[in-house]
Amino acid sequence: MQEVENIVNGQKLFQKPEYQKVLADKKMFEGGMGAVNPEKVAEVAEWTKSWDYREKNLAREAITVNPAKACQPLGAVMVALGFENTMPYVHGSHGCVAYFRSYFTRHFKEPTPCVSDSMTEDAAVFGGLVNMKDGLKNCAALYKPDMIMVSTTCMAEVIGDDLYAFAIAAKEEDGGEFLPEEFPITYAHTPSFVGSHITGYDNMMQGALQQLTEGHQGEQTDTINIIPGFETYIGSIRSIKHIAEEFGAHYVMLGDHSDQWDMPAGEYTMFAGGTKIEDARNAINAKATLSLQKYATAKTMKMITKRWKQKESAELNPIGLRGTDEFVMKLAELTGKEVPESLKVERGRLVDAMQDSYPYMHGKKFAIWGDPDFLIGVVGFLLEMGAEPTHVLCHNAPRGWEDEMRALLDTSPAAADCHVWAGKDLWHMRSLLFTEPVDFMIGNSYGKELMRDTGTPLIYIGFPIFDRHHLHRYSISGYDGALNLLTWITNKVLDQLDEETKDIASTDYFFDLVR
Amino acid sequence: MGPETLESKQRAAVEEVLKAYPDKAAKNRAKHLGVGGPEDESQKTCGNVRSNKKTVPGVMSQRGCAYAGSKGVVWGPVKDMIHISHGPIGCGQYSRAGRRNYYIGTTGVDTFVTMNFSSDFQEKDIVFGGDKKLAVCFEEIDALFPLNNGITVQSECPIGLIGDDINATSKVYAKKTGKTIVPVNCEGFRGVSQSLGHHIANDTVRDYIFDAEVETLGEEIEATDYDVAIIGDYNIGGDAWSSRILLEEMGLRVVAQWSGDATLKEMAQTPKVKLNLLHCYRSMNYISRHMEKEFGIPWMEYNFFGPTQTIKSLRKIASFFDESIQQKCEEVIAKYQPMVDGVINKYKPRLEGKQVMLFVGGLRPRHVIGAYEDLGMEVIGTGYEFAHDDDYKRTKDEIMRSTVIYDDVNEYELEAFVKKLQPDLVASGIKEKYVFQKMGLPYRQMHSWDYSGPYHGYDGFAIFAKDMDLAINSPVWAHTKAPWDKTEAEA
Repeated sequence: MQEVENIVNGQKLFQKPEYQKVLADKKMFEGGMGAVNPEKVAEVAEWTKSWDYREKNLAREAITVNPAKACQPLGAVMVALGFENTMPYVHGSHGCVAYFRSYFTRHFKEPTPCVSDSMTEDAAVFGGLVNMKDGLKNCAALYKPDMIMVSTTCMAEVIGDDLYAFAIAAKEEDGGEFLPEEFPITYAHTPSFVGSHITGYDNMMQGALQQLTEGHQGEQTDTINIIPGFETYIGSIRSIKHIAEEFGAHYVMLGDHSDQWDMPAGEYTMFAGGTKIEDARNAINAKATLSLQKYATAKTMKMITKRWKQKESAELNPIGLRGTDEFVMKLAELTGKEVPESLKVERGRLVDAMQDSYPYMHGKKFAIWGDPDFLIGVVGFLLEMGAEPTHVLCHNAPRGWEDEMRALLDTSPAAADCHVWAGKDLWHMRSLLFTEPVDFMIGNSYGKELMRDTGTPLIYIGFPIFDRHHLHRYSISGYDGALNLLTWITNKVLDQLDEETKDIASTDYFFDLVR
Repeated sequence: MGPETLESKQRAAVEEVLKAYPDKAAKNRAKHLGVGGPEDESQKTCGNVRSNKKTVPGVMSQRGCAYAGSKGVVWGPVKDMIHISHGPIGCGQYSRAGRRNYYIGTTGVDTFVTMNFSSDFQEKDIVFGGDKKLAVCFEEIDALFPLNNGITVQSECPIGLIGDDINATSKVYAKKTGKTIVPVNCEGFRGVSQSLGHHIANDTVRDYIFDAEVETLGEEIEATDYDVAIIGDYNIGGDAWSSRILLEEMGLRVVAQWSGDATLKEMAQTPKVKLNLLHCYRSMNYISRHMEKEFGIPWMEYNFFGPTQTIKSLRKIASFFDESIQQKCEEVIAKYQPMVDGVINKYKPRLEGKQVMLFVGGLRPRHVIGAYEDLGMEVIGTGYEFAHDDDYKRTKDEIMRSTVIYDDVNEYELEAFVKKLQPDLVASGIKEKYVFQKMGLPYRQMHSWDYSGPYHGYDGFAIFAKDMDLAINSPVWAHTKAPWDKTEAEA
């Protein structure tokens, strides 16, 4: 029973003897193997650690277990929230939108506005035109956005709804009351059964930019567009802006959700910050566009170089020292300016820190998973520190990624022990961590169960992160972002060292005060 | 402020909110909003609101889908079975391990609740169908997870649209292996909310557990006169455990939990119990009614939120049994009373008179009202994501004063109601949490217990009280105003 002066929640409540008895007594009704034959459970648990299990596990063709990817419209919602006063609108059933909003909200600890047009059985039969006509009107009337960005759920994709025609029909029927002729409704088809959330990001960004810039081609300006990609680190966007500002560059961040998911307390406004629609319309006239996530913007960048003919455009990955250097040099080239003194100092400080801490990361084996661009960046940084990325797993690896990652790993002296796992999931990773163990894992909250099962310490870097707070507010890009990576990883190595050397009169001779 | 003033404010808030809509939507939403009065005999449902209808398109509804009702609520917590999210990758990923359905077991070996199994549909599966892939999924699952006690197939939207026959595929595999394989046609576009998913899932329990030969491990359980089942408790944060202990202390034997920390065997043996105890009426009344009709098992809805309702429920439960149970029931009530008194003495002075607005799902919009009242707090607005008329009828019995009633409330409306009525606490879900916290309002998630709990039973009430105090009386809310900010009078 609870003690009034020491009320405990479930963590400790269920450890009390009366509850331990309840749980033990319950087993007689259960009929699970753990209740009937615990030895069998131990035996099978042991088998899951074996090479035999690993081979069977890697041979899986149909079932995915513990994925490390999500579906297209999630990425489309992120794109929309990067534009000023823009409502993400998902054409399809509303359960999906409840999921997207929860997923982002759990990660960012911020509200995530997004509407759906709540298609149901009748729409499955007759199409979702009526839903879209009512939905766009209601959305505009209630939330008064300056733009609506429409993406689709798999339901709408399977029945084949035509977004372009529907948006026109909605405006016609409304007659300009809530949806005037010039009101921008941008759209993209984002089928969940193709690619992953980064594909949806790409499709929505490409669709929105193409539709917004139509008829706006004019004289070339000296503006540089920057597209962050499916960026889940708010601080990263700010680091990139900071670098561009140090150059005094005229730049436009296309899809800047950094203020939307980082609102100060005080009052709630549905939208904050974001790319101005006018700036997005003029993006076609920029001198060049820089993508910071190649694989999340493949289609978008193709449009920009081919249709917009921005020949100086480039795909960069400003994570780690070299990645940031390349971004800085590209800006120097595009602006025709020398690298500013302030950035030289920042770089110097980062290199100084890397040289202070290198012994702790050097030679350490890492397992890491995440989105393709994130992995190229962070693995690059691990190599810069002399670490050994032993298992690099990308569930949503697009074509070409595996070769690029292999080439990157081949620059390591430990190349032979570095493995690339494209299209594999986190249950595969579990086997690998048993058969070819590593010192640390780098990944999202889904690594938590791997940490529990394999005992490998987890460094929380990635998306989503539900069970650690505020990490997304930091940067992992630019020189300051690299310093964050260095700090998090090095200190986790040191925490682990303390953990392993804290046994009194046994290992604690190595429990050093100074490291 | 007298209750009349509040009621007129409540009515004004409803009227005002409707003005923002285009005509068609306003007409629709007007039927879902009202002010409930406990004494108002003219109200057929609380506030005369209409419910379980299609959501107005284009608004930020908090509703989920049929898949969420089946996979996320009814089937997902059954711990020794593997639940395949059948279709594209997203649904399973977004719903993975978010509901805190606690269980004991070796995850990945004999229990699987927090994992995500997906058939990860690709374009070719949409074009050519996914039945073959599903059959391979079954085989791979049994090869790699040999201690699973069955598999359910949780259909995502495309399944019902592309003409797959998961029922046939499941049947073939079940026949071949003798295992329990449950196809669930809970595509997300079916129905208007989670609710239809509950119903569909309940029906599959009937068809594939009760009406089938289910093989289970271990010895047969001998029935006793005191066997009961807990139905509709998903063991969020351990709720079913802190309920179970009370039932056992009063001499009953809980042979099954549906479906938090449940096993296939527990569910299969439920038709032998003497009484079904139904907590979440909305999601599991269907199977309870079925067991009543088919097996003659009575069921009763109970409420273990807050001591007043808990005591009422315990006595009602005891009334189904003999005097020995009734005697022990009184002993249980007496045993916990000093602790409950201590909790109330400690927290009531800190919470008395505080006003709360709720928006949740299932049973909570009415069931938790009593718990707040035990702490001297008042609920001034409440509503359900996916309730039906019978829920709103029941709500009328729970409210103490005029209460704004909002069915399928959306982000716009809830924000407007809160701004107008200025409660001291908002209690709802994750999607709304940070909206209200930005405004400086104390907030508790009442789906996940905000990562605390359990809240059921006596021990749960102590945690509930502590958490509400934590939220309302935390110093952090005072920091919003900066020292240089002028008050209205100064400006």
